[in-house]
Amino acid sequence: MLCERCGKNPATMHITRVINGQKTEMNICTQCAQELGHTLSFNFSPQLTFQNLLKGLMGQDVLSEFGIPGNVGERKKCPVCGLTEEQFINSGFLGCSQCYETFKDRVEQALRKIHGSAEHRGKFPAKTGGKIKVLREIENLKKALNEAVSREEFEKAAELRDKIRELEASLKD
Amino acid sequence: MNLLTNSFSPWMAGTGSDADIVVSSRIRLARNLKDIPFPHLMDENTANNVTKEIEKAISSRSFKQKFGKTEFFKLVSLAPIERQVLVEKHLISPDHADGHPRRAFACTEDERIALMINEEDHIRLQVLLPGLELRQAYDIANMVDDKLEEKLFYAFSEKYGYLTACPTNTGTGIRASTMLHLPGLTYTNQIPSLLNITAKLGLTVRGLYGEGTKARGDLYQVSNQITLGLTEEEIIENVISVTRQIINQERMAREVLYRENRYALEDELWRSYGILTNARMISSDEAMNLLSKVRLGVELKILPEIERSVFNELIVATAPAYLTNLAQRNLEPAERDRERAKIIREKLKIN
Ligand SMILES: [Zn+2]
Ligand SMILES: [Zn+2]
Repeated sequence: MLCERCGKNPATMHITRVINGQKTEMNICTQCAQELGHTLSFNFSPQLTFQNLLKGLMGQDVLSEFGIPGNVGERKKCPVCGLTEEQFINSGFLGCSQCYETFKDRVEQALRKIHGSAEHRGKFPAKTGGKIKVLREIENLKKALNEAVSREEFEKAAELRDKIRELEASLKD
Repeated sequence: MNLLTNSFSPWMAGTGSDADIVVSSRIRLARNLKDIPFPHLMDENTANNVTKEIEKAISSRSFKQKFGKTEFFKLVSLAPIERQVLVEKHLISPDHADGHPRRAFACTEDERIALMINEEDHIRLQVLLPGLELRQAYDIANMVDDKLEEKLFYAFSEKYGYLTACPTNTGTGIRASTMLHLPGLTYTNQIPSLLNITAKLGLTVRGLYGEGTKARGDLYQVSNQITLGLTEEEIIENVISVTRQIINQERMAREVLYRENRYALEDELWRSYGILTNARMISSDEAMNLLSKVRLGVELKILPEIERSVFNELIVATAPAYLTNLAQRNLEPAERDRERAKIIREKLKIN
């Protein structure tokens, strides 16, 4: 989203102002926020929440990819929940689990910006996670195997190799 | 409902590790059901179905056997003031109290385990324990999560982990936080630099009550920002390690305050004690501010002993919605200030 004040820079801040008891809200860029800070004494409360920051980050990409608004190319829409790419960019919210697939590129970009990673390494549900559990165990066993070999503990290495083969076979069933 | 009239919850016990500074530890897990729109896009019918499915999962006999009996209700069945009491008791978020018909809530009788249903995600599971007990809280949350999953199909991707409405929670869906009482760092003006440092570590520190850097009652919350790319254990260890560093800083700040300003400090703390044990009317702000000082005075052994649980309970017992709900009628602000002063005098009475 572009700054509603200057129309040049991407909006990074959501601002609520109260003037004569009237509440007005606008999305502006950092520069304009600074300028407004000089002219408004009190009644000025920028809300730089994580959500808005995220919105700003994604807005920037929209600009570079699609050019100025009004001149946009084709936009995706989630077949399950009906959320549009634009709605996702503007709100920072996805509509359903399928949206992660529908807006894959943009979601990955957002995840990397927020978390510095797009690879889950934590818990997985028993139902869907059976396979991952085995894969991770194999990964760990392979590490242990390499260590055993480098320490010349061949008996232990043979044991680990058997275990790995066993698990790999179980995946093929 | 006991839940709304009882001001004491187990997280207020004042027990657990480092309870002189850490009031409570909280684990929250975000979970969603597969192929069903997230709450902000769901219609009433879908919301009812989701609520029913989750209700079924927690009312199974094996769930009850493991975690105890649970209360379950839709939030529209409560009056606005009652919903506000649940916010003050840290059982639901302010958003969840907005009266939207899709919202539901469940918690065990001891209030340790709570579920917000159809908040930002279909399920927000919370475990709240006293003191610095994050690992234990996660163990419980993990078991509840496993139990729920026996009956429910979660939205999960091998690549991204648990899928949530907002990408800020994707992956583990975990938010691990500790609630800290930091009068020492507050009075020695070190809060701004604390906020700066923790932001660089991927954690956030914020005042639990009030806005910006001015936290009412000098109560702060430390929590993780990153939920993806790390394991739950790593995330929890990060929060614990930063919490421990803050605890050390706070203890040092208290020592410095006592060493350098002993007489001024003693005077200030005794005066606060004097006001709280004698006031006939007191606002919520003043109460929180003075309770923080008296609590510090008790920890420094300057003031007579008062149990930690008393201070923790007073956070809720003196809150506006709780007081109003207890009176069962609309209280004028002045009446509320009288009630609040009375409760504080009674609870602080030395035997
Ligand atoms: Zn601007
Ligand atoms: Zn969708």
